[in-house]
Amino acid sequence: MDALKSFIDLFADPRLFFLITLAALVLIVWKREAFVSNRWGWGLMAFLTVFFGFGLTDENFNLIITKPDNVPIVGLIFLLVFFTWFSMRQAVDNDRRAAAGRPSIEKDEEDRVWTWPDLVYTELISMVVCTVILIVWSIGLEAPLEQPANNANTPNPSKAPWYFLGLQEMLVYFDPWLAGVVLPSLIIVGLMAIPYIDKNPKGNGYYTFNERRVEITLFLFGFVVLWSSLIVLGTFLRGPNWNFFGPFEYWDIHKLEALTNVQLSEYIWVRGFGMALPENWFVREIFGILLTIGYIAVLPVALAKKGLTRYYEKLGPARYYVTVLLFLSMLSLPVKMLTRWVFDLKYVVSIPEFFFNI
Amino acid sequence: MPDTKTKTIEPKTPALVQAWDWITETQIWTSIFRHAAPINDRNRVLVMLSNVFLHMHPVRLRKSGVRLRYTWCMGGISFFLFLVLTFTGLLLMFYYRPTLEYAYSDIVGLREHVPLGIMREMHRWGAHAMVITVWLHMFRVFMTGSYKPPREFNWNVGVIMLVLTLLLSFTGYLLPWDQLAIWAITVGSNMARATPFLGHEGPGASLMAIGDVQLVHAADDARFALLGGTFVGEGALLRFYVLHCVALPLVIGFLMAVHFWRVRKDGGISGPL
Repeated sequence: MDALKSFIDLFADPRLFFLITLAALVLIVWKREAFVSNRWGWGLMAFLTVFFGFGLTDENFNLIITKPDNVPIVGLIFLLVFFTWFSMRQAVDNDRRAAAGRPSIEKDEEDRVWTWPDLVYTELISMVVCTVILIVWSIGLEAPLEQPANNANTPNPSKAPWYFLGLQEMLVYFDPWLAGVVLPSLIIVGLMAIPYIDKNPKGNGYYTFNERRVEITLFLFGFVVLWSSLIVLGTFLRGPNWNFFGPFEYWDIHKLEALTNVQLSEYIWVRGFGMALPENWFVREIFGILLTIGYIAVLPVALAKKGLTRYYEKLGPARYYVTVLLFLSMLSLPVKMLTRWVFDLKYVVSIPEFFFNI
Repeated sequence: MPDTKTKTIEPKTPALVQAWDWITETQIWTSIFRHAAPINDRNRVLVMLSNVFLHMHPVRLRKSGVRLRYTWCMGGISFFLFLVLTFTGLLLMFYYRPTLEYAYSDIVGLREHVPLGIMREMHRWGAHAMVITVWLHMFRVFMTGSYKPPREFNWNVGVIMLVLTLLLSFTGYLLPWDQLAIWAITVGSNMARATPFLGHEGPGASLMAIGDVQLVHAADDARFALLGGTFVGEGALLRFYVLHCVALPLVIGFLMAVHFWRVRKDGGISGPL
């Protein structure tokens, strides 16, 4: 048992965690025909049940998952895995029908039924079921109440409410103005832009994967791999001092993690040219600024010429640039993660004089 | 032989049915329900048209639209949870005073003195559940491509309601006024001080100056506006309480009306064109 726990803890590392979720997405999309089988669906549910059941027996893991406010996230994990599997299954089902020249299930069920009783009864039953679940949950689990608020006593770790922990996790890689303000705004803007930049007329009102490969893959990447898995990571695996802990690891507040991160300017001026950092911030950061401009201004234009020309022609300039800019903003998180992990890069541009760090 | 001795026996109506018939013929009943039970097509139409709670539905809809397999029922559950939260929240407001003096002890009182009290639990777990069901609803809408024309605008209304759902949950998180609450809000609202130009530690804030006078500083920046102070204190508690109980529910209520209206006007629950 302990050997198994240490083995799992061994894998507990933000890098591996991210790579595993990414690999899972790639496999789900690539091997979707196999993934949507009942065996996989039941298997995943059984695996999660066994994993969390086993986790309950461990005192450290137990502390984390039975913390009242973390219980919904355990539920979220089950629901998210189930619905990812289920929606892919519906999509693959319809794709198979399309391949066989048959209409989608939804097309087959196009004829109308009476709202009363068909819909009204479904709604009534759902309400009753939800009420029962909520009452049982409320009787079984008391809402948390800690010590009275005290501004002088900071808990370690201090965590935001669970649905913002993905954003808090971004603080590891970005400054607050990006992780807490700009990127969340871009998430909202990006979500709102979806219907206007997605010109694909297919897949409207029915499940399908083959007709919307890129859209669905990108959405799953943003929602499951970035948003949701970072919430799980931030909730269960981030302990004191925002250090990373394995699920069965004791939250030791004295755990040390070397902070060896280096600014890009230091890489170039000190390590590359062997000089002291220039006094003037603009000269010091010129390479980082050029790199950033390259990423957000030159790269989209270059991609329009080569690589994404097909999309540029299909979407037109306005839609294309909005799409690519939103996509690059989303991608900036994994890019920043990778450069941190591979090169220990702290900031690309670091101008603390203006609180401006990228 | 004349058939004088055989009698036809009328089947007797059971007492309950008689009572039911009598009730449904009273003036009180007929004044409430303008037509008979929806057991035939005519009355199935009438019930949708005459009942204010049902009239947000169409009279008939796509078969796929009533399938859990297609809708997951997540939009409906989100709405239902909102109603549960409104109701339980209202009850909680009877017990809770949003001041530094009383906030925490009122919650303790709810826990210690109210017999069989699970309203706070239902409110808290319902709120967590609503965040999840809203996400899953949007997940379903995305996977079925239901945001595509003609439903682009309604997807946008939905995104705004997602943000409002998170803000409702966030503002409610502070109200118990325990360590969990103030530090979660402190961590969350600290972001606001890094708002570009408008936060005192945000990029460009130092440019917001007239001569030597800094326009954006800790006591007037975006975070101050949110918290009504430079830290999570009495001002924040009152602001979050008002936002949580009045402002945000009103806005999300209006948007729900728009959302449901547009679901109908944009062609009902989505399906293949």
